[in-house]
Amino acid sequence: MKDSKSTKKSAGDKAEQLSNSKFTTLNIMGDEYITLLTKKFETRTKWEKPNEKNIASFIPGTVTEIFVKEGQTVKKGEKIMMLEAMKMLNSIELPFDGKIKKIHVKVGDRIPKGTLLIELA
Amino acid sequence: MPLKNKIQELKEKREEVKMGGGEKAIEKQQAMGKMTARERIMALLDKDSFTEYDLFVEHEARGFDMENKVLHGDGVIIGTGTMHNEPVCIFAQDFTVAGGSLGMMHSRKIVKIMDHSLKMRMPLIGINDSGGARIQEGVNSLAGYGEIFFRNTLASGVIPQISVILGPCAGGAVYSPALTDFVFVVDNISKMFITGPEVIKTVLGEEISMEDLGGARVHSEITGNAHFFAESEAECFEQIKKLMSFIPQSNTIKAKVIEVKAPKGKYNIEKIVPGDPKMPYDIRDVVKAITDDSDFLEIQEMWAMNMVIGFGRINGQTCGFVCNQPLFLAGVLDVDSSDKAARFIRYCDAFNIPIVTLVDLPGYLPGVDQEHAGVIRHGAKILYAYSEATVTKLTVIIRKAYGGGYIAMGSRHLRSDFVFAWPGAEIAVMGPEGAANIIFRKEITTAENPDEMRKIKVQEYKDKFANPYVAAAKGYVDSVIEPGETRKVLIHGIEVAKNKAIGPPKKKHGIPPF
Repeated sequence: MKDSKSTKKSAGDKAEQLSNSKFTTLNIMGDEYITLLTKKFETRTKWEKPNEKNIASFIPGTVTEIFVKEGQTVKKGEKIMMLEAMKMLNSIELPFDGKIKKIHVKVGDRIPKGTLLIELA
Repeated sequence: MPLKNKIQELKEKREEVKMGGGEKAIEKQQAMGKMTARERIMALLDKDSFTEYDLFVEHEARGFDMENKVLHGDGVIIGTGTMHNEPVCIFAQDFTVAGGSLGMMHSRKIVKIMDHSLKMRMPLIGINDSGGARIQEGVNSLAGYGEIFFRNTLASGVIPQISVILGPCAGGAVYSPALTDFVFVVDNISKMFITGPEVIKTVLGEEISMEDLGGARVHSEITGNAHFFAESEAECFEQIKKLMSFIPQSNTIKAKVIEVKAPKGKYNIEKIVPGDPKMPYDIRDVVKAITDDSDFLEIQEMWAMNMVIGFGRINGQTCGFVCNQPLFLAGVLDVDSSDKAARFIRYCDAFNIPIVTLVDLPGYLPGVDQEHAGVIRHGAKILYAYSEATVTKLTVIIRKAYGGGYIAMGSRHLRSDFVFAWPGAEIAVMGPEGAANIIFRKEITTAENPDEMRKIKVQEYKDKFANPYVAAAKGYVDSVIEPGETRKVLIHGIEVAKNKAIGPPKKKHGIPPF
């Protein structure tokens, strides 16, 4: 946040703003407008279609147990690992039948939300 | 003992308690660049106006060696005083006493002054500087927070509630400020978060400083939790005094009307706005061309900058301005700007402050992130807030008013009292190019020279719809005005509507899209 020290003052200083070269065009419903962008808009995460073969953590936590091995065929509803998160043990179950291609974590790993746990073939 | 000696005894007791956590703790506070709780109250209120209550309150905590600890005033100062010669209630947490931690008696003091402010219908100012719950006092501490939150909610919309964050404000403690009307923060001093850096590091392994997690800039630019950002405590206090000069003491009293001053000459309203609806300008200059003395107090100026909100006066009377800002994101509506405007509209309505809406927007911001962030639910808040508001509502369509954005921004259909439009206003379902591409798709794609045909058709659409007269012909716009007449018609509108008497149908309350 330190780099943005000047934001407040520049937001209020019209001369500085209109002379700054950050003006760009924004297309709204087919018409293009000349405008400045906000930091939030510029740094937004672009959407990508999730790959259902990649099982990712839905909550940050610690991997406490892994029940499957690479190459193993697993049925829908079978436990694949335990994730301790927010003082609760969560059992991670496979949402559909599949074969484990690669396990990306090991017991004891502390992982943030959205970490790739297991890749299915 | 003669009375004289008893008076002396009182004086000594007072002196001792007023030292808070003692000289060393005060030095530490000052080393952090912070004023003491008592200094803050003195700086904020009118000179010699502060009367303190509960100076001699002591905690009742037992166990954990608490029975041997003296916590002066239990870490909070409460009292009444005046600001601009009007009474206010104030509390200030004293970080020098047990880190300003909130125990049972500490919370009871805050609750006492909150009850005073609600009963006597005067504003409440809370200065937060506290390490959080006093863990030794267990559930009594939590009970204290709960009692405070309940009163914040009860008083909401009755008396102005102002929160000043001048130190840490963490965990459950953040919810009292979040329930109040305006939150003030100071760079490098204010820190607000639910779970601190240590917890985040333990649970997630992510390392972040308090400043980057919940500093003044974070809440001013990213979260929108804070309404006013200052570089120093002194600047913060000036901002509070300025805000207080605009707002009424309670919801049954009108804001003070002050001497009328004309807008400053340097804001020439006809020269500010470019004719081309695609060119940007700063809508705040238009506001300043309208308000008394060109004075405008902007709220949340660093967050959702595509929407500008704040207070200014017209003919001596406080008005709340809600404006699209073409300078940022072309002035679109999105999740954050909807939240920003809707809450402010409800504030103005609760406190009988006329709402002036300045419209210049191309529509809603497209994007997966917007849709998934719930732009439907958030966007609905503006519709709800405008429709529900019964205070005087005046709308000026400056330039573009397209599609859903036209409806949302204080349109006639949501019961604005007066809708004015400048002659360059374009009130239509969408911009000319987008519209022409849809309506005349066939003509354009089958033409020998599609680009040429597109230009012709865009012009055709512009001539037909890109003006205020189609809406004026239906009475959706009351009056098409010259830009130079804007202040005059707004003064007239406020004057004519001063006895406005409508109320909502009888109900317990609505179900707004929170």
